[in-house]
This record gives sequence, C-alpha cells and structure tokens, in this order.
Amino acid sequence: MRTGTAGSAESSDILITVRDSDVLSVTVRSSVYEYFGKSIEKTVREVLRERGADRVEVICEDRGALDGTIRARLKTALDRMEGRE
Amino acid sequence: MRRSFLFVPGNSPGMLGNAPWLDADALIFDLEDAVALPEKDAARDLVREFLRSVRKTKEIAVRINSMDGDLWKRDLEAVVCPALDAVVLPKARAGDAVALSAVLTEMERERKPDSRTGIIALVETAAAVSETEEIAALPRVNAIMLGAEDLSADIGAERTPSGEEILYPRMRVVYACAAAGIDSVDTPFTDVRDGEGLKKDCHFARRLGFSAKAAVHPSQASVINECFLPSPASVAKAARILRAREAAGGKGVFAVDGKMVDRPVLERAERTLAAAREAGLPVPEE
Repeated sequence: MRTGTAGSAESSDILITVRDSDVLSVTVRSSVYEYFGKSIEKTVREVLRERGADRVEVICEDRGALDGTIRARLKTALDRMEGRE
Repeated sequence: MRRSFLFVPGNSPGMLGNAPWLDADALIFDLEDAVALPEKDAARDLVREFLRSVRKTKEIAVRINSMDGDLWKRDLEAVVCPALDAVVLPKARAGDAVALSAVLTEMERERKPDSRTGIIALVETAAAVSETEEIAALPRVNAIMLGAEDLSADIGAERTPSGEEILYPRMRVVYACAAAGIDSVDTPFTDVRDGEGLKKDCHFARRLGFSAKAAVHPSQASVINECFLPSPASVAKAARILRAREAAGGKGVFAVDGKMVDRPVLERAERTLAAAREAGLPVPEE
C-alpha cells in the first residue's frame, strides 16, 4: 500500500498522511476542530478533487495551519505517495 | 527602502505566516541552506502556496538552490509568480546569472507579463568575488549580497568578529554595486544573541559604503534598519550644506563649518536628505 506524509506537529503546521484506499475518507483531528474542522476538511476535499484523487484515506493532525499550508502539505503528501518529487 | 533583508526558512509555516509583519524591508524565503534535503519538496510547495495567497507588505525574494544541481529548476517552477520580486542566486557566477535571467524571461511571458523579477546575486565563493563587477553590471541583477561564511570556508580563512578576512570582498562588492548603481547588501551577522556586535558590524558596513545588510533572525531587522538610516546629525549637516549652496549663489566651491563643499559633497547631501524623506525622518528646511 502506498503512503505519503508531509508536514509536522509544530504550531501553525499540519501533519498529513495519505494512503491508498478503496473509498475516499478524510479524518481531521484539531484542537480547534469545533471552529475550523469543517473548513479544513473542505480545503482537503478541494485539493483531492483538483488532483483527481478519489480513492485515498487522508488523516490530518492540525496544529493551527492556514489554508495555504493545508493545501501545500496535502500536495506534498500526495506527491510522495505517488513517488513524484 | 532596502536596508534589511531577512532570511525566512521556507519550510516553516509559522515563520512564513508572521514574516509580512516583521520589521525587515525585504524578506527572503529560503529554499536552500535552511531546508534539509528530504524536505526540499515540502518547502517548495509551501512557499508556492504562500506566494499565491500573501498580502504583500514588502519586497519578497526567494533563495533558490544553487545552479550546480537540478533543484533550482523545480524551485523556479514553483515560485515565479506576480508576488515574487526577486530571486536570490546562491554561489552566483556571472554565467549562472545570465542563464537564470534567460529562464526568468521565458517564464515571465506567461506568468507575470507585467513585472520583471530581479536577481540578487549572492557572492560567496572566491571565483564569484573575481567576477563581482561583471555580475553587478548584468541587467537583471539589482543587488549583490556578500555571503561571508561560505566565502571564508572557500578561501580557508577563519571568521572573526572584526571581519578583516572579508575586507577585500566587502570593498569589491561596494565598489562594483556603486559603479553599477545597484544595492550592496552586507553579509549577515550570525551571532543572534550579540546585539552590540550586530550594531558595530552594521555601522562598520555602513561606513564602508554598503546600502543594506542581511539578517538571519527577526530581532536583527530593526537594528539594521536603524543603523542604515541617516543619523539626525548627518541630516542636519546635509540640510546646512544645501542651504549654503543657495547662499553661495552658483559658486562651484564654498565652505560649510570650515570644510570645502563641491559637487560630490552636494550630491551626498542630496542623497542623505532623499533617504531621510523616504524613511519619514524630520528634515530641516534646505
């Protein structure tokens, strides 16, 4: 099974792990989930749609990342999973 | 104004996010030395997203990886966009700067047809020092920055707080930039805990003729900005000189405070007042 990880557990960052899956699933864990959980998931799903990635499992450990950071980390994780550099 | 150039690690979302509100006049997002090899891809992606969403408050440059490898091409592919003002070219050689300029010209056609990306050439090898004038004269190069740490390693010199081992390249950069009409940026002061040492180093660089200095920590930017502003005494003297010019009524040479004033002195006084006005400093009537 292919896996890709990017980001970190530092403040303002997000650690994203993606792996092959039969279905699309997105899990977000965040200390500010109540306020931003939906927005993080929306950004993740947007990037997945842009990439045509519909059979992946995405796990996000958020530490207060901004939208651009989420997009960047997910792109890197997908590239790493796909073996692109 | 371009007095302080602050390096910001390209793979740190927190630092990138705070950078626009720091005191530095210009920011350099670093994809080279501040990023470990396994994280180069992540830093590139992060800086790309940041450049596309940043609310510009100041000049933004990106230090790409050096042109003796392949990473620089992917760096450029990621970062050339309207928000990018300049590319910092590490281990710059004249031939590299020419090649980089050609690639930028090609990329700008589609990506930023209304603005031109500058090149800040980082002179940090003995070979580059020997080409300083050639590099400074290249059309896209708008500043040369001295990189003393790599340079002293390259020539086998020991870095010292007084910096005598880099006096020659410092002077070479100052003269080459003055002749080409571009900015000269002094090497960073790397002991971030030594505020007094930083001040001394800034004043020394200023006396040599540098127009700016690089910073490696946010706290250094305000110190550099202060040091590279005209002092109140120099502003007052410049205003006195220009007032005396009026009183001299067209004489080519006259005296102020017992010292001869001629064209170069007048030009320096005009530059001092222009810099003071740009920085919003109080300027006495001429």
